[in-house]
Amino acid sequence: MKKTAENEKVHPLDAKLSMAHFYVAIIALALGGFAGLLQTLVRSGRMELPAGITYYQLLTVHGVLLALVLTTFFIIGFQLSAVSKTIGPLSTPSRITGWIGFWTMTLGTVMAAVMVLLNEASVLYTFYAPLQAHPIFYGGLTLVIVGSWISGGALIAAYRKWKKNNRGQASPLLSFMAVVNTLLWIVATIGVAATVLFQILPWSLGWVDSINVLASRTLFWYFGHPLVYFWLLPAYMCWYVVIPKVICGKIFSDSLARMSFILFLLFSIPVGLHHQLLEPGIDPIWKFLQVILTFLVVVPSLMTAFSLFGSFEQYGRSQGAQGIFGWFKMLPWGDARFTVPFIGMAAFIPAGAGGLVNASNQLNQVVHNTIWVTGHFHLTLATSVILTFFGISYWLVPHLTGRTLTKKLNKLAIIQGVFWAIGMSFMSGAMHIAGLLGAPRRSSYSTYGDSTQALDWIPYQIAQAVGGTILFIGIILYIIIFIQVAFFAPKGNEEFPVGEVTDKAEKTPLIFENWKLWLGITAALILFAYTIPFIDILQNAPPGSKGFKLW
Amino acid sequence: MHMHKFEKVWLIFGTVALLVFLTVLGVSAFYLGNQPPSCLVTIDPEKVEVTAPFNAPGLYEVTGKDWDYELVFVASAFSYSPAKVEIPKGSTVKVIATSKDVIHGFEIAGTNVNMMLEPGFVSEYTTRFNNEGENLIICNEYCGVGHHMMSSRIEVVSK
Repeated sequence: MKKTAENEKVHPLDAKLSMAHFYVAIIALALGGFAGLLQTLVRSGRMELPAGITYYQLLTVHGVLLALVLTTFFIIGFQLSAVSKTIGPLSTPSRITGWIGFWTMTLGTVMAAVMVLLNEASVLYTFYAPLQAHPIFYGGLTLVIVGSWISGGALIAAYRKWKKNNRGQASPLLSFMAVVNTLLWIVATIGVAATVLFQILPWSLGWVDSINVLASRTLFWYFGHPLVYFWLLPAYMCWYVVIPKVICGKIFSDSLARMSFILFLLFSIPVGLHHQLLEPGIDPIWKFLQVILTFLVVVPSLMTAFSLFGSFEQYGRSQGAQGIFGWFKMLPWGDARFTVPFIGMAAFIPAGAGGLVNASNQLNQVVHNTIWVTGHFHLTLATSVILTFFGISYWLVPHLTGRTLTKKLNKLAIIQGVFWAIGMSFMSGAMHIAGLLGAPRRSSYSTYGDSTQALDWIPYQIAQAVGGTILFIGIILYIIIFIQVAFFAPKGNEEFPVGEVTDKAEKTPLIFENWKLWLGITAALILFAYTIPFIDILQNAPPGSKGFKLW
Repeated sequence: MHMHKFEKVWLIFGTVALLVFLTVLGVSAFYLGNQPPSCLVTIDPEKVEVTAPFNAPGLYEVTGKDWDYELVFVASAFSYSPAKVEIPKGSTVKVIATSKDVIHGFEIAGTNVNMMLEPGFVSEYTTRFNNEGENLIICNEYCGVGHHMMSSRIEVVSK
């Protein structure tokens, strides 16, 4: 009989590869988090930056390091270890490919970082043309994406090998999910790669004089929305598969979990126009069509919420919980592996509701480019996703380094989560309110000539600085825990929790792994939603724009 | 594929709520005409200063149209022209704007007027000014080091 997955540790060589990704991620967290702290202090009006550093340079550092570098490195590290754990060690060629991907991404990160530090690329992490950064900045970002494709290739190769050796069997749930997220990423990054390689790089190198701004933005947002699902799905992997095991319960349904992941693959890409609702040059009918497609992700989101709380309730009742909500008290609140991601899940309720506002065809106009939006993605990405990633690392890092999360560290991890919840309530709450009053996002401290309206925003900006300071303490606590479990905690066997399906569950249908079908539908939806508006954009293009360096 | 009875109820409830929600948005957009600003007119971004109406930014009274005034704005790093304008209370105004250089925002703070200004495109939005007092216009899309200085004023005055 085969050994059960529980007994197997991630292969030491794969562990090393994953850990390399986590080291880069934690450096990005430390520097990007510090930049974030300084931003909130500057915007409170109580501090000025020394040595000619501008607010927008810091903002570029913050966005690139946290939204692009931290997330991509952490996710690839986590997914590689999840595949290694559930379908077995990577083959040597796959592992070498993984290392090539890692070094390519790291080189790209260093190139982009140097340009940002030299103030040659203060274009923020969305780098909208016709603001024009140094070509090395764009080259660096390209390498990050190419590296992620190489690593994705290693992961898919491992999955295909498993499928070949296990014909007719459903792959392990965690590996299936990692494959869906990798495919989502590859399909999505085609858009950003297209604009960087074919438009922005030739233009920044001076090979062409002008750029089609709207086409570039449209390609960027074709990527920009699935990007947020690329961040979210690894958190869902933890919520669906890891958390049930942590609470000693069972996965509610394997099939429904797979179905929701497939729905995210289908409906997260052909929706980028909802980020461009207020832009000229795009017919409102196509905007509305993509608004409809955007809202279809409501279905898998509701499925996820149901499954999670379903498995919580099943566990609580199996422990003898009484009444409608008695099971809630039975959950292991003293276990950081559960509690920290749970805070993230709870944050996803207001975060999701805010997302509905943002994507609503008309309501978007009230909040577009106000600091409400910043408040929104600090709940989704910077709370739901990041706290789940923290929760994952509390068992994954010691599992990979052969150490344990001690009782003391576990307690510190819960305190860390509480700090995060408090800090983010202040910061994100104040951002949401100030945004409704009209305060813009991505702007340094300004009273706009002592405008009474702008002066009303200042108290909320001070509240953001208070929240930002508490969050930075949270980051310091996290780094302390990370360093402990990576280098100093006592040696031992920390479990890699992989949940099992309830005994009553039916066999998982194989249709979920019919990739030709799902990728075919994905492509069809993308072509349906984008072909006509994109041809319109190209055919009706105004004269292009030359580059501007306005910082 | 088996689904729990409660899950079916939950998903039916969610899907019906979604359909109602999208219907409301659709009716508002296509029947009531509440569309996001989506002007399809283009312009040469290098020739904004010599292209009407942007060669003379400011407020113009018009007749025979659904709006009383046309308010022409030109945005460039890091200012709007005009820098200040007075509008009689209760008038309906069509804002017509474009950018001479990079992407800018055009937000009248505290109102629903909010649109992107992109080089090469004209942006338009029609609105009514019912409340007396000062309205702050700000740039809400990052445009460079002076982004947070970029503003203009609309003073709504009694007729």
